[in-house]
Amino acid sequence: MALNYDEAVAKYEPTLGLEVHVELNTKSKMFCSCSTEFGGEPNTQTCPVCLGLPGALPVVNGKAIESTILIGLALNCSIAPFSRFARKNYFYPDMPKNFQTSQYDEPICVNGYLDVEIETEEGPKQFRVEIERVHMEEDTGKSLHVGGATGRIHGAEYSLLDYNRAGIPLVEIVTKIVGGTGKYAPQVARAYVTELRDILRSLGVSDVKMEQGSMRCDVNLSLAPIGSGSLGTRSETKNVNSLRSVERAVIGEVIRQSNRLEAGERIVQETRHFLEESGQTRPGRSKEQAEDYRYFPEPDLVPVVPESAWIEELRATLPERPSVRRARLKSEWSVPDKEMTSLVNAGLLDAVEETIAFGAEPTRARSWWLGEISRLANEREVDPTSLITPSQVAEVISLIQSGELTDKLARQVVEGVIAGEGTPSEVIAKRGLKVVSDDGALMLAIEAAIAAQPETAERIRGGNIPAAGALIGAVMKATGGQADAAKVRELLLKHLGQFEKATGE
Amino acid sequence: MTTTKSSAAEMATALAAGTTTSVELTQLHYDRIAQVDEDVHAFLYLDKEGALEQAAAVDAKRQSGEELGPLAGIPLALKDVLAQKGVPTTCGSKMLEGWRPPYDATVVTRLKEAGVVILGKTNMDEFAMGSSTENSAYGPTHNPWDLTRIPGGSGGGSAAALAAFEAPLAIGTDTGGSIRQPAAVTGTVGVKPTYGGVSRYGLIAFSSSLDQAGPCARTVLDAALLHEVIAGHDERDSTSINAPVPQVVKAAKKLDVKGMKIGVVKELQGEGFQAGVLDRFHDGLDALVSAGAELVEVSCPTFDYALAAYYLIAPSECSSNLARFDSMRYGIRVGDNGERSAEEVMKLTRHKGFGPEVKRRIILGTYALSSGYYDAYYGSAQKVRTLLMRDFANAFAQADVLVSPTAPTTAFKIGEQVDDPLAMYLNDIATIPVNMAGIGGMSLPCGLAQEDGLPVGFQIMSPAMRDDLMYQVGGTLEAALLAKWGAPILDKAPVLAAR
Amino acid sequence: MSAISRDDVAHLAKLARISMSDAELDHLAQEMDLILGAVARVQEVAASDVPPTSHPIPVNNVVRQDVVRPSLTPQEALSGAPAQSEDRFKVPQILGEE
Ligand SMILES: [Mg+2]
Ligand SMILES: [Zn+2]
Repeated sequence: MALNYDEAVAKYEPTLGLEVHVELNTKSKMFCSCSTEFGGEPNTQTCPVCLGLPGALPVVNGKAIESTILIGLALNCSIAPFSRFARKNYFYPDMPKNFQTSQYDEPICVNGYLDVEIETEEGPKQFRVEIERVHMEEDTGKSLHVGGATGRIHGAEYSLLDYNRAGIPLVEIVTKIVGGTGKYAPQVARAYVTELRDILRSLGVSDVKMEQGSMRCDVNLSLAPIGSGSLGTRSETKNVNSLRSVERAVIGEVIRQSNRLEAGERIVQETRHFLEESGQTRPGRSKEQAEDYRYFPEPDLVPVVPESAWIEELRATLPERPSVRRARLKSEWSVPDKEMTSLVNAGLLDAVEETIAFGAEPTRARSWWLGEISRLANEREVDPTSLITPSQVAEVISLIQSGELTDKLARQVVEGVIAGEGTPSEVIAKRGLKVVSDDGALMLAIEAAIAAQPETAERIRGGNIPAAGALIGAVMKATGGQADAAKVRELLLKHLGQFEKATGE
Repeated sequence: MTTTKSSAAEMATALAAGTTTSVELTQLHYDRIAQVDEDVHAFLYLDKEGALEQAAAVDAKRQSGEELGPLAGIPLALKDVLAQKGVPTTCGSKMLEGWRPPYDATVVTRLKEAGVVILGKTNMDEFAMGSSTENSAYGPTHNPWDLTRIPGGSGGGSAAALAAFEAPLAIGTDTGGSIRQPAAVTGTVGVKPTYGGVSRYGLIAFSSSLDQAGPCARTVLDAALLHEVIAGHDERDSTSINAPVPQVVKAAKKLDVKGMKIGVVKELQGEGFQAGVLDRFHDGLDALVSAGAELVEVSCPTFDYALAAYYLIAPSECSSNLARFDSMRYGIRVGDNGERSAEEVMKLTRHKGFGPEVKRRIILGTYALSSGYYDAYYGSAQKVRTLLMRDFANAFAQADVLVSPTAPTTAFKIGEQVDDPLAMYLNDIATIPVNMAGIGGMSLPCGLAQEDGLPVGFQIMSPAMRDDLMYQVGGTLEAALLAKWGAPILDKAPVLAAR
Repeated sequence: MSAISRDDVAHLAKLARISMSDAELDHLAQEMDLILGAVARVQEVAASDVPPTSHPIPVNNVVRQDVVRPSLTPQEALSGAPAQSEDRFKVPQILGEE
């Protein structure tokens, strides 16, 4: 009988290791001045350096070093007083020099940790994930496999290479082995990657979009019989590209490895590939086939020796830890858990916080960003914060609060701002979106409505208050929706002598 | 009258005086090349159109009264290891046959900016690996002193072009002696500047921590003039020195060594050095003493290990540097029949595209870096490098410059050592320590060996970033020897018959 | 016994992506033996207290500003390509990782 997950973790203790690659959001590449902009036409962002042309030489992007040190500091690492680049030698067509300029035995950040909290059966529990190293390296180009099964490497007739991504700065964050998680290994893995993503986002050093590959995770996992005190042979599952997949990959490997062990088979040290559809992994390269990378110090680059004063300057700029901040904002705004999660996942904490700082009421600020603005952003497949600024949202909210805009009008104002028609007040002026609050004008419309529907008016006079809806609707229509419906109702009922009765009910 | 035998400085004077033009000079050299290069084979490619265009542009500027650099309008031969935009750049290898770089090496940019006219690309040992230019995929270069002999290597093409009066100036690159040893065996002057003194951007890497481009000429002053054109900080090369260039032209003109201490390296004059080489070297020492210098013997015991360390470090770095030649992005592609995989095509291309010496070094370097052997080989070699630098520091504490013969022998016969890599490697025994320590080194002629009547090179080594010192000593020695000989040494070379 | 066998050379040739005939492997194994015998003497003086030197000139912290400069045009980038298609480098089928 095959073991399921619960049976597996009842017999075996999982040990984790996580390697996360993050693309930095510098303007230029790691070792050359080509743009890092996403989505350019093929081979338009290449030069002799990132194409590995004979004779070309790398020069380090200073901003990339700064970002990496920031990451190290945020992960409680020591910043190495002396660090170096090394060449990792292996052949692959998407790697122009056939070596990756990386760091090996002298990485820039070492020995950090990240505390993560997960829900357990006994309530919330904290785990410390120790960080072994944070180092700099460069990304490869992208290949397009043509012929055979669509886009697949196997069976392709040939491949087409685009080196726009070659040389994009990457930071690799490697944990020490993470033990003692027991059955919570999947949750710890996910919580770690989530917290890491949030930290990187708060530092502003990366877009950290797992779906787009700007953050990629490799999951190392081994099993040992509980109580054996030993470590099993590990597998390395590559390119796990969502938070949910991190969790699923751990579960999948626990089940696969435990069943092999149950069957008396050995675990092979190998790389495996995560299969998004099934949550399982399939074998890649085994250790026996693994390359001998022949690392040696990169002779074309000089050592990185950061001054301690500079490190302290950078340390002083570290933002509040995302988990701490979340807890603070949650209580300040009294937000329900679910909504807080939505805000975090949508990356809207900053926007909401700033909107509130501009004087908006917290509940309205959250609902505008999560509701209407997110909806418009989704339609356009862009980031909500790219559409409108927090101060503009705050302005719209304050106009609603003062009664100058209805919710419906406010939505039109926001649309106008997004369409580039100017600031909220400019849009209001151009589109003429002010609430019609002139009683005289409203009265004319009310009288016209009564004249058009005399029988309805008669029913209202007879005490049928709900019948007022039809006349209010007519007035709203006549004023192009710019009237305050409550105001119309009040004037109408007063005119027909029923206001007292309606408010008394 | 200006002839191809004039020095670059003399040509510059004539150009400034208006007695000749750059177009005239350029054409004069192409005529000479047409006469002799079939025999010498110094050039792999002639860029006549580009060169004449550049010459005409310089002439026009001069006519309009524009201020020009000292070498504006002077022709030059460029070693084919440097990328020149739009001009075939092969590195002496089949691998890069037909490749035209889309960019200029920084050295090339500086030459162009200085108005130097680049005649063409010179022959070299494939990827600068060799001491005889026999490893060129395009056939050997012949020594103008004796066409059956090698012109040194890897920059044999550049040195031979100077000795055959095909160009007054040339650029070489020196990883273990590739500028100085060819200079020695052709009776010309060659300088390896301090590592980082001249940008490596666009220099097709052999061994990154050792490679350095430098000037080749027939006089010390010409070398200094060219040195100042190509040297200086380059932000595209992280290892480029960000400091003022030593004033080498001024130093070359000093002609004074009174009170200077000349350190004679004990380890570089014994066994393995040809008698005639040692005799001429001592002539040079005598001339320096007569000029007022003081000789001190210095000992550099680790030099005995320099060659071994070099043949680990250089192959290791080259095994990685040459990995990019895989037929995917540029260069030749072999065996792509639509069925084979990229990996197979890479292997076939690298089999066909690289010559035996290049393969030998790639395999050696792959071994020295591989897991389990790194510490014993590459790691140990790096430690020897430290010891060599200590030896130099010691020696320079006792002397202003160090001297030795440049090469242990005069030019040997083509084919003589080609099947014996170890014997071939010994040619660089005296030049390699300079590269390992990153310091400056110069070779200039100090006479002809009595056994064979072939030129002998005198090596001067100066501390890092004090390249001016070797020019000062070199300039003085050159003047003293010229006074003794009565004529430049190349006047004694046989006249090459025009065909 | 030789320090390096033909199989060793074959393994190195595979790492270095160079195909070699049996004759070439045999020849190179012999040469490697000779050369390695000669260069191994570096171990005689490489004491453990000697630090390694990888760069001849001691310079640190050379960086550039994070500024975008113009790239090559795709035509220039592809100008040396043995084969190209759709502004991309065309290469034989790649065996290996997906
Ligand atoms: Mg990595
Ligand atoms: Zn680039």
